[in-house]
Amino acid sequence: MKLSDALKVSKRSLFLAAGVVAFIAAFVWLLATRGPLAPVGVETTAVTRADLSPAVFGIGTVEAQHAYSVGPIQAGRVLRVWVDQGESVKAGQLLAEIDPVDLRQRAEAASSAAARARQAAQAAQAQVAEADSRARLAQANSERYQALYRQNFVAREMADSRRHEASAATAALAAARANATGALREIGRAEAELQGIDQLRNSLKLVSPIDGVVTAREAEPGATVVAGQAVLRLVDPARLWVRARVDQARAQGVQVGQAADIVLRSVPGAALPGKVVRIELQSDAVTEERIINVAFDRAPAQLYLGELAEVTIRLSGLRDVLTVPRAALAQYSGQTGVWQIEAGHARFQPVQPGMQTAEQVQIASGLQAGDRLIVYSAKQLDDGVRVRERRLTPR
Amino acid sequence: MINLARRDIVHHLKSYLLTGLGLGLLIGVTLTMAGVYRGMVDDAKVLLRAVDADVWVVQQNTLGPFAEPSSVPDDLYRALLGLEGVVQTGNVAYLTMQVSHQGKSQRVMVAGFEPGKPGGPAFLVAGRPIARAHYEAVADAKTGFQVGDVVRIRRNDYTVVGLTRRMVSSGGDPMLFIPLKDAQEAQFLKDNDAIIEDRKRLEANPAVNRPGQPGVLEAVQAIQTSSHKVNAVLLRLQPGFDARALADTIVRWQRYTAYTRDDMEEILVAKLIATAAKQIGLFLLILAVVSAAIVAFIIYTMTLGKIKEIAVLKLIGTRNRTIAAMIMQEALGLGVIGFFVGKFAATLWAPAFPKYVLLETGDALRAFVLTLVVCALASLLAIRAALKIDPAEAIGG
Repeated sequence: MKLSDALKVSKRSLFLAAGVVAFIAAFVWLLATRGPLAPVGVETTAVTRADLSPAVFGIGTVEAQHAYSVGPIQAGRVLRVWVDQGESVKAGQLLAEIDPVDLRQRAEAASSAAARARQAAQAAQAQVAEADSRARLAQANSERYQALYRQNFVAREMADSRRHEASAATAALAAARANATGALREIGRAEAELQGIDQLRNSLKLVSPIDGVVTAREAEPGATVVAGQAVLRLVDPARLWVRARVDQARAQGVQVGQAADIVLRSVPGAALPGKVVRIELQSDAVTEERIINVAFDRAPAQLYLGELAEVTIRLSGLRDVLTVPRAALAQYSGQTGVWQIEAGHARFQPVQPGMQTAEQVQIASGLQAGDRLIVYSAKQLDDGVRVRERRLTPR
Repeated sequence: MINLARRDIVHHLKSYLLTGLGLGLLIGVTLTMAGVYRGMVDDAKVLLRAVDADVWVVQQNTLGPFAEPSSVPDDLYRALLGLEGVVQTGNVAYLTMQVSHQGKSQRVMVAGFEPGKPGGPAFLVAGRPIARAHYEAVADAKTGFQVGDVVRIRRNDYTVVGLTRRMVSSGGDPMLFIPLKDAQEAQFLKDNDAIIEDRKRLEANPAVNRPGQPGVLEAVQAIQTSSHKVNAVLLRLQPGFDARALADTIVRWQRYTAYTRDDMEEILVAKLIATAAKQIGLFLLILAVVSAAIVAFIIYTMTLGKIKEIAVLKLIGTRNRTIAAMIMQEALGLGVIGFFVGKFAATLWAPAFPKYVLLETGDALRAFVLTLVVCALASLLAIRAALKIDPAEAIGG
């Protein structure tokens, strides 16, 4: 009886002790893994040698290299527009006409003025002939009287009078000739005026400067346009490119001739090959972006102007350099570096980063190949914090 | 001398342990409530810690960018970078919005920052930092996004390239970091219908669309659709430089409002979450008082339930000191069991809460001391009752 009683008691105490020990163990485990005393979980990797091929990313729009706006050189009313948006046109093709208003009447007036000038010239020519004949007669008379005077058949007064008549007739001839020349010039003037009006009439016909496609029809018949305002806009569809904007901070290293991938917003899955053909000297100072023109290697059959495009320019890379994942690079007390594990504690190691790609960064100095370092951590790290390697995200 | 308490406990082991367990769960709830309160305050500060900026420059006379809307020009940083002591500046834009992912929408705080400058996530748990100038995102793991997921913000798709942790807004919404220019666009860009309506309105306005003045309308439209505003500019200073003095200089000469890190913490904790924190704080207080009262009552009634035994003990001549020690030890034992069970439970279920629950060691120690004090006080009441018991009750009952 006594023995079994004692056994019972000791069995209970045993259970109790086991329970207490189990509880304490569970408690300590919980605090150490999930509570405030738990070490920070980290994932590590090693410094490796790899080739780096960095890329620069920008977005832009599909634009024409040259855009033409065709409009009148002076204010006028649109009479007819012969082409519409999307139509292909040839160089020299008539695109639109501006209403000439009174230009035809002015041309007629100029034309009759020219005809009248020609007639006036004919009259002047006849006058010259007449004056010439008079002058020759007067000259002959004068010579004759001179001979008679020398033989003393006539008075000197008579001879002088004849000589004067001859001079006067010669002067009249010169006047008639000058008159005739003036009449000829008048013809030139009137004809030039007529030509001017013709030219003006031609300028009212808007013709295409290029073989291209109409992108906009901005005025309809009846609309009044001012000098220089576009009636139609044209582009050369063979010369389309992407005008991409690249953050100035990343634009270093972009050069003409580098290969690029162009992804149009309408075809997000496909990258079209292209090439950097121009880097504009003038950057955008407000958005702090450099403007880079990227041409298609082979332009797609149909392109739409103004479509958004993503451009990835491949820069020249480095071969066989020390690299770490970019996620490992950290800032701590004003320095750039990586975190390493030293006897279970985090230690900051300043490094000199070099070229960066999306995934990797070159380590210029501060680490050796094969060094282990922390890539991911479950918390913000601090010098001396206890860390333990474990998976942070299920994979 | 035999230990009466041990004997008594062993005698009523099951009921003693169950009482302790019950008390423990109650203490666990109280601890969790304290954790909820601490977590809320910590949520408000976590962004400040991660961003690690010494001075926040915001619109004049606002408490921006979290407590009030604030907008400053995005080239202000150039002027600020010229001030003595400023090492780094970073433009940031914050907006709380729903983003859609696989048809489900998720509430997040979108933070626009310039990679390499203050304002980004401090560490990652997966993936890589943002590398491109557009359309990449780093998400807080709480959003449930995975690396490689595509989320839609306004009209653009963003690829999640990295995951971080404990990056929440003061309201507890997980954060989604995207490049600044995209955030500016998301913040100020209207929807397409509104843009087209606005264009039509402008076209109908004779002041900007006057005949004979082509180009004015296009210029006005272009101005309307571009945005060069950010919500705040973050400054990092040279080590040891006086942030207060610099903030005062900015307020006085640049005509913007500038907050130091402490000011900002004050705004976030004392202003933004003040009411919510007071609400939870008061509830925590009531819960603590109620828990203490329940602990006291349980110990008191437990003692009263042993009146007969105590009367017998008295009858056989047990000293008062021995009886008092028994009651006191049992009460403290309950307290210790209750505290550890409570701490265990709170630590176990804390990570399951949707918002962050911060169990501070200091709080736990305070709770431990408080539990023991309450147990001791309650046992004093019980001892007083026990000593008054008439030994005759042992026979009379």
